[in-house]
Amino acid sequence: MAQGWGLGALFNLDHYGHYIQWHVIQISVANLVVIILMVATFIAALFAPFPGRRNRKGSK
Amino acid sequence: MTKKAFRPDVDAPEYKGAYVPYDIIKEGAIAVLVVLILTAALALVFSSPDEKAITIKTWSNADTVDFAQTAGDELTGTSAVAGYGAPYNNNGTAQHWGFLAPEHWVGVHIPINTTNDFVINPLSDQPAQPRLTAALNEWKSASSATQSAWGAAYAKVEAKLTYSNGQVHLPTTAAGPIPVLLSYETQMARSGALDQALIAQNGFYTTNYTKPLLFISDGTYFAGLASKQHLAGDQWGMMNETGQYPGQAWLWLYTFWYQISPYNTSASGDFLVWGTMMILTALLVLLPFIPGLRSVPRRLKIYRIIWREHYARQA
Amino acid sequence: MSNAQIERQWTSRLRHRVVEKLPPEKLLPDTQPAYVASWIYVFGVTTMAALGIVILTGTILALDGPQWWHSSSLGHFINSMHLWSVEIFFFAMVVHLWGKFSMAAWRGGRSMTWVTGGVTFLASILAGFTGYVSQTNFDSQWISTQAKDGINATGGGAFFNVLNLGQMLMWHIVLLPLAAVVLTGLHVIMVRVKGVVPPFEETTEVSA
Repeated sequence: MAQGWGLGALFNLDHYGHYIQWHVIQISVANLVVIILMVATFIAALFAPFPGRRNRKGSK
Repeated sequence: MTKKAFRPDVDAPEYKGAYVPYDIIKEGAIAVLVVLILTAALALVFSSPDEKAITIKTWSNADTVDFAQTAGDELTGTSAVAGYGAPYNNNGTAQHWGFLAPEHWVGVHIPINTTNDFVINPLSDQPAQPRLTAALNEWKSASSATQSAWGAAYAKVEAKLTYSNGQVHLPTTAAGPIPVLLSYETQMARSGALDQALIAQNGFYTTNYTKPLLFISDGTYFAGLASKQHLAGDQWGMMNETGQYPGQAWLWLYTFWYQISPYNTSASGDFLVWGTMMILTALLVLLPFIPGLRSVPRRLKIYRIIWREHYARQA
Repeated sequence: MSNAQIERQWTSRLRHRVVEKLPPEKLLPDTQPAYVASWIYVFGVTTMAALGIVILTGTILALDGPQWWHSSSLGHFINSMHLWSVEIFFFAMVVHLWGKFSMAAWRGGRSMTWVTGGVTFLASILAGFTGYVSQTNFDSQWISTQAKDGINATGGGAFFNVLNLGQMLMWHIVLLPLAAVVLTGLHVIMVRVKGVVPPFEETTEVSA
């Protein structure tokens, strides 16, 4: 579809999606990945050491 | 300050500690750059979906019987839109909860008469053909009781409707002009003329697709395509996207209610879902003012991880 | 005109109030409290950066009209960037929300900062939704015909007709972006006026 500019997708996501069903819950793999990444990012942001702010005492 | 007791979930302690250098403009510039690169990379790698819109022409050619049956429902006033109620017409019961019925209070604002708007008017604008003109005249001059009788006869055999040689066939003789009208309507649809006729009802210029969209949404063909893509309401469809793309995942809670009772069984399900979401949204937005709820973060103690260096310095 | 007269002018009074509430060193600070030392703090600015990219790509899409992107590969690419920057925008905003909730960031007279943030979230959802129904493809056909029922049930469908492409497009490219930007601006100004919320006071158990 997107030719000429060489801007076509490397991964074609236009096929029918995959879905996970668990009781009443039904979610597309794509959305699940996004949500898992969101939770993972939150946890990583909490625990990852923040650079350059250690041992800086002395008040303004 | 000294008069009131310190409320830990409302008041903040005064900070008397150290300050560190902070370059807010540099931070913003880095954020823009990172997001720009990430966006371009995702766009290059995954692109974006663009499933072509369907038309009444593609629908009626792909599933002619479904189209003709839907057109029959529009003509005889038995389709979902025909019996929708406000804001399109007065034929349905408005969604409500107790005495709360805003749909009813607002009333008809976008008048849709499916019989005329979707079938009779487009056919009347066609070049005169004796058979069509006769059928239209027969319909228009009939009393509403007669029209209803034809409609009832049509409803009985609708499931047995067939289409061949450009004609709609119904195994009944009691449906009056309905088979002829549906034959011409279907021909018109398959040629693309009905798309044009429905859109042109707004005049030369238009940016409003209410009528053709409502017509298309009454058929089963459209819903079938959507179901294949897991877009239907009972498939959590609101947060899904065509293909394998992530969708509006932030609608997860809104779409969740449609999966469970009483929301998915009530005739006023949409109203109940909106009511529920409005209350929950108010709880979120007004969280700082709600005793109990606003204490949750202090009890969760996630803040201890965030400010661990600060607390370590204090110790 | 005497000095006192000048000081009484509406303009002077407004300037004094603004400068008093938000002096330049608060608007564009060069230091911050030492407790601001966590990656969780970067998601607010990430959300704003994503909003910037959303607006930039949307502006490029606007240049050639609402249907250009169907037929141009460059248009399709810009549309892809528009979509993915929206995904990043919501992603970052939700992590930002979780972070600010964890810190109970409404403390110390910052409740309106929380409220404007929440309203911005709602405006963004509506902006995203109107974008989805303005795509002029199968997706927009389906989403609009589905969404009409919910909005009609509230009575709002009579005035906010999701099947009216022109109306939805106007909301998407004029009204809601304006709302999102104004709300974000208010939100950020409030953060700058009040500063970043200080940590909870840990009750130190006295053992001796």
